[in-house]
Amino acid sequence: MKLLIKNATIVDPACDVHAELDMAIEDGTISHIGAHLKEEAETVIDAKGKVLMPGLMDMHVHLREPGREDKETVATGTLAALKGGVTSLLAMPNTEPAIDTKEHVQLLKGIIGRSASAQVYIAGTLTRGRQGKELADFAAMQEEGIVALTDDGSSVDDEGLMRNALRLARDRRLPVICHCEEKTLANGGVVNLGLISTKLGLRGIPCEAEYKRVERDILLAEEAVCRIHIAHVSCERSLEIIAKAKKRGVQVTAETAPHYFTLTEDAVSGYDTNKKMNPPLRSTQDKEAICQALRDGTIDVIASDHAPHTESEKEVEFDFAEFGVIGLETLLAVSITELLHTKVLSLSELVSRLTSNPSAILGLHKASLKKGCQAELIIVDLHKEWQVTKNSLVSKSKNSSFLGRRLQGVVEYVILGDRIVHKARH
Amino acid sequence: MRQSSSKRNPNPMEWKRKDLLGLEELDREEIELVLTTAESFKEVSRRYIKKVPALRGKTVVNLFYEPSTRTRVSFEVAAKRLSADVINIAAETSSVKKGETLIDTGRNVEALKADIIVIRHNSSGSAHLLARNVGISVVNGGDGWHEHPTQALLDMFTLKEKFGRLKGLRVSIVGDIAHSRVARSNIWGLTKLGAEVVICAPPILVPPHIEEMGVRITHDIDDALRDADAINVLRMQFERDERNAFPQQIDYFRHFGISTERLKNAKKNIVVMHPGPINRGIEMSSEVADSANSVILEQVTNGIAVRMAVLYLVSHAHDKINEATD
Repeated sequence: MKLLIKNATIVDPACDVHAELDMAIEDGTISHIGAHLKEEAETVIDAKGKVLMPGLMDMHVHLREPGREDKETVATGTLAALKGGVTSLLAMPNTEPAIDTKEHVQLLKGIIGRSASAQVYIAGTLTRGRQGKELADFAAMQEEGIVALTDDGSSVDDEGLMRNALRLARDRRLPVICHCEEKTLANGGVVNLGLISTKLGLRGIPCEAEYKRVERDILLAEEAVCRIHIAHVSCERSLEIIAKAKKRGVQVTAETAPHYFTLTEDAVSGYDTNKKMNPPLRSTQDKEAICQALRDGTIDVIASDHAPHTESEKEVEFDFAEFGVIGLETLLAVSITELLHTKVLSLSELVSRLTSNPSAILGLHKASLKKGCQAELIIVDLHKEWQVTKNSLVSKSKNSSFLGRRLQGVVEYVILGDRIVHKARH
Repeated sequence: MRQSSSKRNPNPMEWKRKDLLGLEELDREEIELVLTTAESFKEVSRRYIKKVPALRGKTVVNLFYEPSTRTRVSFEVAAKRLSADVINIAAETSSVKKGETLIDTGRNVEALKADIIVIRHNSSGSAHLLARNVGISVVNGGDGWHEHPTQALLDMFTLKEKFGRLKGLRVSIVGDIAHSRVARSNIWGLTKLGAEVVICAPPILVPPHIEEMGVRITHDIDDALRDADAINVLRMQFERDERNAFPQQIDYFRHFGISTERLKNAKKNIVVMHPGPINRGIEMSSEVADSANSVILEQVTNGIAVRMAVLYLVSHAHDKINEATD
């Protein structure tokens, strides 16, 4: 089986390519990259004017299976992923049961083997049942193939336990992903503490709830010499702390999600629960700081924090609605619309934050278009417009922050090995 | 309203909303329309037979998720004076896990062919949620810390009655601003009508960025009283204090309580308002509450006229919208 992609603008930050070239794929492996390849192939794609890049690695995805198949499944979540150009993702372990033992990793691997359309990597929990009381068995889970540790959805409050977790993770060379939230400071809040909480009369979450915990986790990781990754950064003060730590050599990386560089707390006006997430949408100043940090590299990764919830969990009083929004299908298009077309990031900067950076953080040296690599790539029309509607979304839940928005950027093809696994409808 | 002999040139604008959710979304003309409509309804309560047939055949449902006597009774009296039928539902707060959801309850009320739901709920935004999910009119009778539009309208009505205008008045709102829907609705309404609003509270009870809503902040009660035409004194809800962040009751009265002594430095005819129920001796002394400056009972009387106006306006707007779509 041979596939030939002609006239594509190839963007591969992992090996610094950015040129209009042809690519041949033979038996699932990239066999040639060059100008005007003359090879014969069963399938030829003319990608003139389109961008050929590595498939996205979304390192923050809640697939909800096992346990909450009413919200999302591995099958529906990975189909949504492919549609959004995400060929690899990291499944968060806050399922029911949590992915906290060897057996639960095996259970999830079984589901993935049966039903995943994209490559799913698994994160294990830091603590048993994500209770923050005793550590999970890192060694046994690692033998089953987990690539990171996290209690995402909550932070480990017990500092002694967190210190131990970081030392053990270091010994196993596993990165720890930190959900940074200090609950007593978050104070049961549901939106940013600021003008929006004042106007809407809702309980506010101050930025301290995030950055105080970012600071603690960085200091503990620095002592333990452990690699940590700060998930879903939402505010300026956290970025200052992260930038300083990076400067003094702490092995810390950081991530944000598209809603934090696109929306502000104003979007919550009218009590739209599809704008309710944790951490909350912050001020304009925070949003601008996030964009700046994406540019200067303080933020390494853009991830969706895809968090599906059913309509009955969202169409309730704002106080009672679940936190979180879906994002697999809009991750790339929002990034293109809000960062690339606005010239916040160059194309190769954008692609690195969506592909090679997250792969490197997870120790997966993929997301490259080098000759000899397994093909895991996408072809994208950067300018084609589409509107986000409930009907346009294939995810099982429809709780998108971007419903109604017009976005630029359509994933035309997704190629995994020798197969075209997704093709945009025209 | 139609049968009343409106003195001034009737406002040419028309009320178009099926719901009244808050004063934030209203413009100046809409607020003025409610106030002038209320003026014509006020007279009904002075008649020998205190009833007009404006809402005859209509059903008003008071859906109250929070205990409330005065607001519920005021809406009930207002609806009855308009000849509507009134049903009171004291509901348990729904949750995601147990009980009927707010939307389901609302749709059930709608299926009873009720015409207006007056909702009181401890979650901010619940009136909006209900209004988005039912076709009938929704009137916000107080949602969480968010808004209490009819209370602010009756406060403004009372001020307008006293001063003949709202533009240029200085009104100080004193007390727990952070947790007060009455404060928020008053701020929106008064600033839209050109009054100058000062808020006065201990720093911990002033919510962040409130100055961006167009008010001046002070923590000094004497400053708030100086040059004020009126003060609106909020009830201190000490039961809300979860983290011992509130001042002690005795301390509160010492620093923020309104006493006769304190009023000596204020304008002689300063108007003293309170949405009730009063904690005598905490936010205000008994002497002040019962003084000639106090309009607290007039507020209660005016509440009926204002709520009659609101029920009348939303009901007619709803009928108009329906006629247009039929």
